[in-house]
Amino acid sequence: MSAVGQTTTDNDLQTRAYQAAASVCDPEIPVLTIGDLGVLRDVIVDDTGKVKVRITPTYSGCPAMNTIAIDVEVALATAGFEEAQVELVLSPAWSTDWMSNEGRHKLRAYGIAPPVESGSRGSLFGVDKIACPQCGSEDTAIISEFGSTACKALYRCNSCLEPFDYFKCL
Amino acid sequence: MAAELEIVSREALFDLALRLGDTSLVLGHRLSEWAGHGPLLEEDIALSNLGLDLIGQARSFLSYAGEVEGKGRDEDKLAFFRNAPEYKNLLMVELPKGDFAFTMVRQLLFSAFHLPLFRRMINSTDTTIAAIAAKAEKEMSYHLRHSSQWVVRMGDGTEESHARCQKAVDDLWPYTGEVFEVDNNARELIEAGIWVDPEYLRDEWNGTLDAVLNEATLKKPESGWMQSGGISGTHSEHLGHLLAEMQSVQRAYPGLKW
Repeated sequence: MSAVGQTTTDNDLQTRAYQAAASVCDPEIPVLTIGDLGVLRDVIVDDTGKVKVRITPTYSGCPAMNTIAIDVEVALATAGFEEAQVELVLSPAWSTDWMSNEGRHKLRAYGIAPPVESGSRGSLFGVDKIACPQCGSEDTAIISEFGSTACKALYRCNSCLEPFDYFKCL
Repeated sequence: MAAELEIVSREALFDLALRLGDTSLVLGHRLSEWAGHGPLLEEDIALSNLGLDLIGQARSFLSYAGEVEGKGRDEDKLAFFRNAPEYKNLLMVELPKGDFAFTMVRQLLFSAFHLPLFRRMINSTDTTIAAIAAKAEKEMSYHLRHSSQWVVRMGDGTEESHARCQKAVDDLWPYTGEVFEVDNNARELIEAGIWVDPEYLRDEWNGTLDAVLNEATLKKPESGWMQSGGISGTHSEHLGHLLAEMQSVQRAYPGLKW
Protein backbone atom coordinates (compact mmCIF):
# COMPACT_ATOMS: atom_id res chain seq x y z
CA MET A 1 0.00 0.00 0.00
CA SER A 2 1.34 3.38 -0.91
CA ALA A 3 0.30 6.84 0.13
CA VAL A 4 1.46 8.21 -3.18
CA GLY A 5 -0.95 8.75 -6.03
CA GLN A 6 -4.06 8.65 -3.88
CA THR A 7 -6.56 11.46 -4.13
CA THR A 8 -5.27 13.28 -1.10
CA THR A 9 -3.90 16.78 -1.15
CA ASP A 10 -0.28 17.51 -0.32
CA ASN A 11 -1.39 19.08 2.91
CA ASP A 12 -3.19 15.95 4.04
CA LEU A 13 -0.09 13.93 3.32
CA GLN A 14 2.11 16.29 5.28
CA THR A 15 -0.26 16.24 8.25
CA ARG A 16 -0.56 12.45 8.22
CA ALA A 17 3.18 11.98 8.02
CA TYR A 18 3.75 14.50 10.79
CA GLN A 19 1.16 12.91 13.05
CA ALA A 20 2.61 9.44 12.49
CA ALA A 21 6.13 10.60 13.34
CA ALA A 22 5.03 12.77 16.28
CA SER A 23 3.20 9.84 17.89
CA VAL A 24 6.43 7.89 18.48
CA CYS A 25 7.15 7.59 22.20
CA ASP A 26 10.46 8.25 23.91
CA PRO A 27 11.74 4.76 24.82
CA GLU A 28 13.05 5.96 28.18
CA ILE A 29 10.05 8.11 29.16
CA PRO A 30 7.24 6.26 27.36
CA VAL A 31 4.60 8.69 28.64
CA LEU A 32 6.00 11.38 26.32
CA THR A 33 5.93 11.41 22.54
CA ILE A 34 8.80 12.90 20.54
CA GLY A 35 6.27 15.57 19.57
CA ASP A 36 5.73 16.49 23.27
CA LEU A 37 9.49 16.55 23.86
CA GLY A 38 10.32 18.75 20.90
CA VAL A 39 12.77 16.10 19.67
CA LEU A 40 10.89 15.98 16.36
CA ARG A 41 12.03 19.00 14.30
CA ASP A 42 10.27 18.60 10.97
CA VAL A 43 8.67 16.16 8.59
CA ILE A 44 8.72 16.80 4.86
CA VAL A 45 7.00 14.68 2.21
CA ASP A 46 8.52 15.24 -1.24
CA ASP A 47 6.82 14.87 -4.65
CA THR A 48 7.63 11.18 -4.88
CA GLY A 49 6.07 10.44 -1.49
CA LYS A 50 9.43 10.01 0.20
CA VAL A 51 9.49 11.32 3.76
CA LYS A 52 12.37 13.19 5.31
CA VAL A 53 12.30 13.45 9.10
CA ARG A 54 14.66 15.49 11.23
CA ILE A 55 15.15 14.75 14.93
CA THR A 56 17.47 16.32 17.49
CA PRO A 57 18.98 14.71 20.62
CA THR A 58 18.22 16.00 24.12
CA TYR A 59 21.81 15.20 25.21
CA SER A 60 24.82 14.58 22.92
CA GLY A 61 25.13 10.99 24.02
CA CYS A 62 21.42 10.18 24.25
CA PRO A 63 21.32 6.42 23.59
CA ALA A 64 17.62 6.59 22.66
CA MET A 65 18.23 8.30 19.30
CA ASN A 66 18.83 5.09 17.32
CA THR A 67 15.67 3.51 18.73
CA ILE A 68 13.67 6.65 18.03
CA ALA A 69 14.91 6.74 14.42
CA ILE A 70 13.85 3.12 13.88
CA ASP A 71 10.48 3.70 15.61
CA VAL A 72 9.84 6.72 13.35
CA GLU A 73 10.49 4.62 10.24
CA VAL A 74 8.14 1.92 11.52
CA ALA A 75 5.41 4.45 12.40
CA LEU A 76 5.65 6.02 8.95
CA ALA A 77 5.60 2.62 7.22
CA THR A 78 2.48 1.70 9.20
CA ALA A 79 0.88 4.96 8.06
CA GLY A 80 1.63 4.04 4.44
CA PHE A 81 4.88 5.91 3.89
CA GLU A 82 7.28 3.23 2.80
CA GLU A 83 10.32 5.33 2.16
CA ALA A 84 11.50 7.44 5.05
CA GLN A 85 14.84 8.95 5.86
CA VAL A 86 15.58 10.05 9.42
CA GLU A 87 18.30 12.63 9.87
CA LEU A 88 19.91 13.73 13.12
CA VAL A 89 20.43 17.50 13.48
CA LEU A 90 22.30 19.30 16.27
CA SER A 91 21.46 22.92 15.51
CA PRO A 92 19.70 24.70 17.06
CA ALA A 93 20.53 22.82 20.25
CA TRP A 94 17.55 21.20 21.97
CA SER A 95 16.29 23.02 25.02
CA THR A 96 13.76 22.06 27.68
CA ASP A 97 11.82 25.17 26.59
CA TRP A 98 10.72 23.13 23.58
CA MET A 99 8.81 20.68 25.73
CA SER A 100 5.09 21.29 25.25
CA ASN A 101 2.83 22.23 28.18
CA GLU A 102 0.94 19.02 27.61
CA GLY A 103 4.26 17.18 27.88
CA ARG A 104 4.99 18.87 31.22
CA HIS A 105 1.59 17.83 32.60
CA LYS A 106 2.10 14.26 31.42
CA LEU A 107 5.53 14.15 33.06
CA ARG A 108 4.21 15.35 36.42
CA ALA A 109 1.32 12.88 36.31
CA TYR A 110 3.90 10.15 35.59
CA GLY A 111 5.87 11.08 38.74
CA ILE A 112 8.71 13.05 37.13
CA ALA A 113 9.11 16.73 38.07
CA PRO A 114 9.12 18.77 34.83
CA PRO A 115 12.01 21.18 34.08
CA VAL A 116 11.89 24.64 35.66
CA GLU A 117 13.43 27.82 34.22
CA SER A 118 17.04 27.53 33.12
CA GLY A 119 18.21 30.55 35.16
CA SER A 120 20.33 28.77 37.74
CA ARG A 121 22.01 26.33 35.36
CA GLY A 122 25.16 28.37 35.18
CA SER A 123 25.68 28.80 38.91
CA LEU A 124 28.49 26.81 40.50
CA PHE A 125 26.78 25.73 43.68
CA GLY A 126 23.20 26.74 42.92
CA VAL A 127 20.48 24.14 43.33
CA ASP A 128 17.04 24.56 41.79
CA LYS A 129 13.88 24.62 43.92
CA ILE A 130 11.91 21.70 42.60
CA ALA A 131 8.35 20.83 43.62
CA CYS A 132 7.60 17.20 44.47
CA PRO A 133 5.45 15.67 41.68
CA GLN A 134 3.63 13.52 44.27
CA CYS A 135 2.55 16.00 46.96
CA GLY A 136 3.53 19.37 45.47
CA SER A 137 5.77 20.35 48.40
CA GLU A 138 8.77 22.56 47.61
CA ASP A 139 10.65 21.18 50.60
CA THR A 140 12.84 18.86 48.50
CA ALA A 141 16.53 17.99 48.41
CA ILE A 142 18.81 16.83 45.63
CA ILE A 143 20.29 13.35 46.02
CA SER A 144 22.30 13.31 42.79
CA GLU A 145 22.75 15.68 39.83
CA PHE A 146 22.57 12.63 37.56
CA GLY A 147 19.67 10.20 37.71
CA SER A 148 18.46 7.14 35.85
CA THR A 149 19.04 8.78 32.44
CA ALA A 150 21.28 11.62 31.24
CA CYS A 151 18.34 14.05 31.23
CA LYS A 152 17.28 13.51 34.84
CA ALA A 153 18.48 14.30 38.38
CA LEU A 154 17.45 12.42 41.52
CA TYR A 155 15.57 14.27 44.28
CA ARG A 156 13.89 13.42 47.56
CA CYS A 157 10.79 15.08 49.03
CA ASN A 158 11.19 16.04 52.70
CA SER A 159 7.40 16.29 53.16
CA CYS A 160 6.10 13.00 51.80
CA LEU A 161 9.56 11.32 51.86
CA GLU A 162 9.20 9.98 48.31
CA PRO A 163 12.27 9.99 46.05
CA PHE A 164 11.58 11.29 42.54
CA ASP A 165 13.21 12.04 39.20
CA TYR A 166 13.55 15.62 37.99
CA PHE A 167 13.83 16.36 34.28
CA LYS A 168 16.80 18.75 34.24
CA CYS A 169 16.75 22.09 32.56
CA LEU A 170 18.89 22.43 29.49
CA MET B 1 30.21 22.95 6.73
CA ALA B 2 33.67 21.88 5.70
CA ALA B 3 33.12 22.44 2.01
CA GLU B 4 32.48 26.14 2.49
CA LEU B 5 35.68 26.66 4.40
CA GLU B 6 38.43 26.97 1.88
CA ILE B 7 39.96 29.84 3.82
CA VAL B 8 41.60 27.44 6.27
CA SER B 9 43.41 24.26 5.49
CA ARG B 10 41.54 21.02 5.90
CA GLU B 11 44.46 19.67 7.85
CA ALA B 12 44.08 22.34 10.54
CA LEU B 13 40.34 21.79 10.89
CA PHE B 14 40.77 18.00 10.92
CA ASP B 15 43.36 18.42 13.65
CA LEU B 16 41.05 20.55 15.81
CA ALA B 17 38.10 18.17 15.44
CA LEU B 18 40.39 15.28 16.43
CA ARG B 19 41.80 17.18 19.38
CA LEU B 20 38.31 17.86 20.75
CA GLY B 21 36.89 14.46 19.80
CA ASP B 22 39.80 12.43 21.14
CA THR B 23 39.86 14.36 24.42
CA SER B 24 36.14 13.70 24.98
CA LEU B 25 36.40 10.07 23.91
CA VAL B 26 39.35 9.19 26.14
CA LEU B 27 37.88 10.93 29.20
CA GLY B 28 34.49 9.34 28.49
CA HIS B 29 36.18 5.94 28.39
CA ARG B 30 38.01 6.60 31.66
CA LEU B 31 34.68 7.48 33.30
CA SER B 32 33.07 4.33 31.93
CA GLU B 33 35.66 2.34 33.91
CA TRP B 34 33.78 3.42 37.05
CA ALA B 35 30.63 1.52 36.05
CA GLY B 36 30.03 -0.96 38.85
CA HIS B 37 32.88 0.51 40.93
CA GLY B 38 31.42 3.84 42.09
CA PRO B 39 31.67 4.72 45.79
CA LEU B 40 27.87 4.73 46.02
CA LEU B 41 25.08 3.80 43.65
CA GLU B 42 24.07 7.38 42.75
CA GLU B 43 27.67 8.29 41.89
CA ASP B 44 28.14 5.11 39.89
CA ILE B 45 25.20 6.24 37.76
CA ALA B 46 26.37 9.86 37.68
CA LEU B 47 29.84 8.90 36.40
CA SER B 48 28.32 6.77 33.63
CA ASN B 49 26.10 9.71 32.68
CA LEU B 50 29.09 12.05 32.50
CA GLY B 51 30.88 9.50 30.34
CA LEU B 52 27.84 9.22 28.09
CA ASP B 53 27.75 12.98 27.50
CA LEU B 54 31.44 12.98 26.62
CA ILE B 55 31.20 10.01 24.26
CA GLY B 56 28.23 11.71 22.59
CA GLN B 57 30.32 14.84 22.09
CA ALA B 58 33.20 12.71 20.80
CA ARG B 59 30.91 11.08 18.21
CA SER B 60 29.90 14.50 16.87
CA PHE B 61 33.48 15.80 16.70
CA LEU B 62 34.91 12.61 15.17
CA SER B 63 32.11 12.35 12.58
CA TYR B 64 32.93 15.90 11.58
CA ALA B 65 36.67 15.13 11.51
CA GLY B 66 35.98 12.30 9.08
CA GLU B 67 33.85 14.58 6.92
CA VAL B 68 36.56 17.26 6.86
CA GLU B 69 39.29 14.75 6.06
CA GLY B 70 37.23 13.44 3.12
CA LYS B 71 38.86 10.01 2.98
CA GLY B 72 35.79 8.02 3.92
CA ARG B 73 36.68 7.48 7.58
CA ASP B 74 33.65 7.69 9.89
CA GLU B 75 33.56 8.12 13.69
CA ASP B 76 34.12 4.39 14.30
CA LYS B 77 37.07 4.15 11.90
CA LEU B 78 38.69 7.11 13.63
CA ALA B 79 38.00 5.85 17.16
CA PHE B 80 38.92 2.20 16.71
CA PHE B 81 41.58 2.10 13.99
CA ARG B 82 44.10 4.74 14.99
CA ASN B 83 47.12 4.05 17.18
CA ALA B 84 48.20 6.13 20.17
CA PRO B 85 50.58 8.47 18.27
CA GLU B 86 47.65 9.47 15.99
CA TYR B 87 45.52 10.48 18.98
CA LYS B 88 45.44 14.22 19.79
CA ASN B 89 43.81 14.18 23.22
CA LEU B 90 45.04 16.16 26.22
CA LEU B 91 47.41 14.09 28.37
CA MET B 92 45.32 14.90 31.45
CA VAL B 93 42.43 12.72 30.31
CA GLU B 94 44.43 9.56 29.58
CA LEU B 95 45.83 9.21 33.10
CA PRO B 96 44.36 6.19 34.93
CA LYS B 97 41.14 6.93 36.81
CA GLY B 98 42.84 6.73 40.21
CA ASP B 99 40.66 7.06 43.29
CA PHE B 100 37.37 8.97 43.45
CA ALA B 101 39.19 12.16 44.52
CA PHE B 102 41.48 11.99 41.48
CA THR B 103 38.56 11.41 39.13
CA MET B 104 36.55 14.31 40.59
CA VAL B 105 39.46 16.76 40.63
CA ARG B 106 40.19 15.88 37.00
CA GLN B 107 36.51 16.49 36.13
CA LEU B 108 36.74 19.86 37.86
CA LEU B 109 39.94 20.94 36.06
CA PHE B 110 38.56 19.68 32.76
CA SER B 111 35.07 21.18 32.93
CA ALA B 112 36.25 24.51 34.42
CA PHE B 113 38.15 24.98 31.15
CA HIS B 114 35.77 23.34 28.70
CA LEU B 115 32.63 25.16 29.86
CA PRO B 116 33.95 28.64 28.90
CA LEU B 117 35.66 27.12 25.84
CA PHE B 118 32.42 25.67 24.47
CA ARG B 119 30.54 28.84 25.40
CA ARG B 120 32.89 30.83 23.15
CA MET B 121 32.90 28.19 20.44
CA ILE B 122 29.13 28.72 20.02
CA ASN B 123 30.17 31.81 18.03
CA SER B 124 32.59 29.86 15.84
CA THR B 125 32.46 30.79 12.15
CA ASP B 126 32.32 27.04 11.44
CA THR B 127 28.63 26.14 11.78
CA THR B 128 29.22 22.49 12.67
CA ILE B 129 31.73 23.29 15.41
CA ALA B 130 29.30 25.94 16.70
CA ALA B 131 26.38 23.49 16.76
CA ILE B 132 28.32 20.79 18.63
CA ALA B 133 29.57 23.40 21.13
CA ALA B 134 26.05 24.74 21.76
CA LYS B 135 24.93 21.26 22.73
CA ALA B 136 28.03 20.42 24.76
CA GLU B 137 28.05 23.73 26.66
CA LYS B 138 24.79 22.91 28.39
CA GLU B 139 26.07 19.50 29.44
CA MET B 140 29.39 20.89 30.64
CA SER B 141 27.67 23.28 33.05
CA TYR B 142 26.24 20.26 34.89
CA HIS B 143 29.63 18.53 34.85
CA LEU B 144 31.25 21.56 36.45
CA ARG B 145 28.56 21.89 39.10
CA HIS B 146 28.74 18.19 39.94
CA SER B 147 32.54 18.07 40.28
CA SER B 148 32.66 21.39 42.19
CA GLN B 149 30.25 20.07 44.80
CA TRP B 150 32.25 16.86 45.26
CA VAL B 151 35.61 18.60 45.48
CA VAL B 152 34.21 20.93 48.17
CA ARG B 153 32.68 18.01 50.05
CA MET B 154 35.90 15.98 49.99
CA GLY B 155 38.37 18.86 50.38
CA ASP B 156 36.45 20.28 53.32
CA GLY B 157 35.67 16.79 54.60
CA THR B 158 37.75 14.40 56.68
CA GLU B 159 41.52 14.46 57.04
CA GLU B 160 41.72 11.48 54.68
CA SER B 161 39.45 12.94 51.97
CA HIS B 162 41.23 16.30 52.22
CA ALA B 163 44.67 14.70 51.82
CA ARG B 164 43.55 12.62 48.82
CA CYS B 165 41.98 15.65 47.16
CA GLN B 166 45.06 17.81 47.67
CA LYS B 167 47.28 15.06 46.29
CA ALA B 168 45.04 14.81 43.22
CA VAL B 169 45.23 18.59 42.67
CA ASP B 170 49.04 18.51 43.00
CA ASP B 171 49.44 15.45 40.75
CA LEU B 172 47.16 16.81 38.02
CA TRP B 173 48.40 20.38 38.06
CA PRO B 174 51.38 19.87 35.66
CA TYR B 175 48.87 18.61 33.07
CA THR B 176 46.78 21.79 33.07
CA GLY B 177 49.23 23.84 30.99
CA GLU B 178 48.36 21.86 27.89
CA VAL B 179 44.84 23.31 27.57
CA PHE B 180 46.43 26.70 26.81
CA GLU B 181 48.80 25.38 24.13
CA VAL B 182 48.41 26.76 20.64
CA ASP B 183 50.27 25.23 17.66
CA ASN B 184 50.40 26.55 14.09
CA ASN B 185 47.22 24.75 13.05
CA ALA B 186 45.33 26.18 16.02
CA ARG B 187 46.71 29.66 15.32
CA GLU B 188 45.34 29.48 11.77
CA LEU B 189 41.89 28.53 13.06
CA ILE B 190 41.92 31.23 15.74
CA GLU B 191 42.63 33.84 13.08
CA ALA B 192 39.73 32.52 10.99
CA GLY B 193 37.36 32.78 13.98
CA ILE B 194 36.79 29.03 14.10
CA TRP B 195 38.71 28.27 17.26
CA VAL B 196 39.11 30.24 20.49
CA ASP B 197 42.38 31.67 21.74
CA PRO B 198 42.67 29.84 25.07
CA GLU B 199 44.39 32.84 26.66
CA TYR B 200 40.98 34.55 26.73
CA LEU B 201 39.76 31.74 28.99
CA ARG B 202 42.55 31.90 31.53
CA ASP B 203 40.95 34.45 33.86
CA GLU B 204 37.62 32.67 34.02
CA TRP B 205 39.37 29.32 34.49
CA ASN B 206 41.45 30.71 37.36
CA GLY B 207 38.40 32.40 38.89
CA THR B 208 36.38 29.17 38.91
CA LEU B 209 39.24 27.17 40.40
CA ASP B 210 39.98 29.79 43.07
CA ALA B 211 36.31 29.83 44.12
CA VAL B 212 36.01 26.03 44.34
CA LEU B 213 39.43 25.31 45.86
CA ASN B 214 39.00 28.06 48.49
CA GLU B 215 35.63 26.68 49.50
CA ALA B 216 37.20 23.22 49.60
CA THR B 217 40.14 24.48 51.77
CA LEU B 218 42.53 23.16 49.13
CA LYS B 219 45.68 24.86 47.90
CA LYS B 220 46.12 25.77 44.27
CA PRO B 221 49.70 24.87 43.29
CA GLU B 222 52.08 27.57 42.11
CA SER B 223 52.29 27.51 38.35
CA GLY B 224 55.45 25.65 37.49
CA TRP B 225 56.76 23.27 34.87
CA MET B 226 53.99 21.97 32.63
CA GLN B 227 53.73 18.62 30.86
CA SER B 228 53.22 18.73 27.09
CA GLY B 229 52.81 16.34 24.16
CA GLY B 230 49.19 15.30 23.59
CA ILE B 231 48.56 17.64 20.68
CA SER B 232 51.59 16.34 18.80
CA GLY B 233 50.74 12.70 19.54
CA THR B 234 53.42 12.09 22.18
CA HIS B 235 51.47 10.27 24.87
CA SER B 236 52.10 8.53 28.15
CA GLU B 237 52.13 4.72 28.23
CA HIS B 238 48.62 4.81 29.69
CA LEU B 239 46.92 5.70 26.40
CA GLY B 240 48.19 2.55 24.66
CA HIS B 241 46.68 0.36 27.36
CA LEU B 242 43.39 2.23 27.22
CA LEU B 243 43.19 1.92 23.43
CA ALA B 244 44.12 -1.76 23.51
CA GLU B 245 41.04 -2.41 25.61
CA MET B 246 38.71 0.07 23.91
CA GLN B 247 39.63 -1.08 20.38
CA SER B 248 39.98 -4.82 21.01
CA VAL B 249 36.61 -5.91 19.58
CA GLN B 250 36.83 -3.85 16.38
CA ARG B 251 40.45 -4.88 15.85
CA ALA B 252 39.56 -8.57 16.22
CA TYR B 253 36.36 -8.36 14.16
CA PRO B 254 36.69 -5.29 11.90
CA GLY B 255 33.34 -3.73 10.98
CA LEU B 256 31.41 -5.79 13.53
CA LYS B 257 27.97 -4.35 14.33
CA TRP B 258 25.69 -5.13 17.24
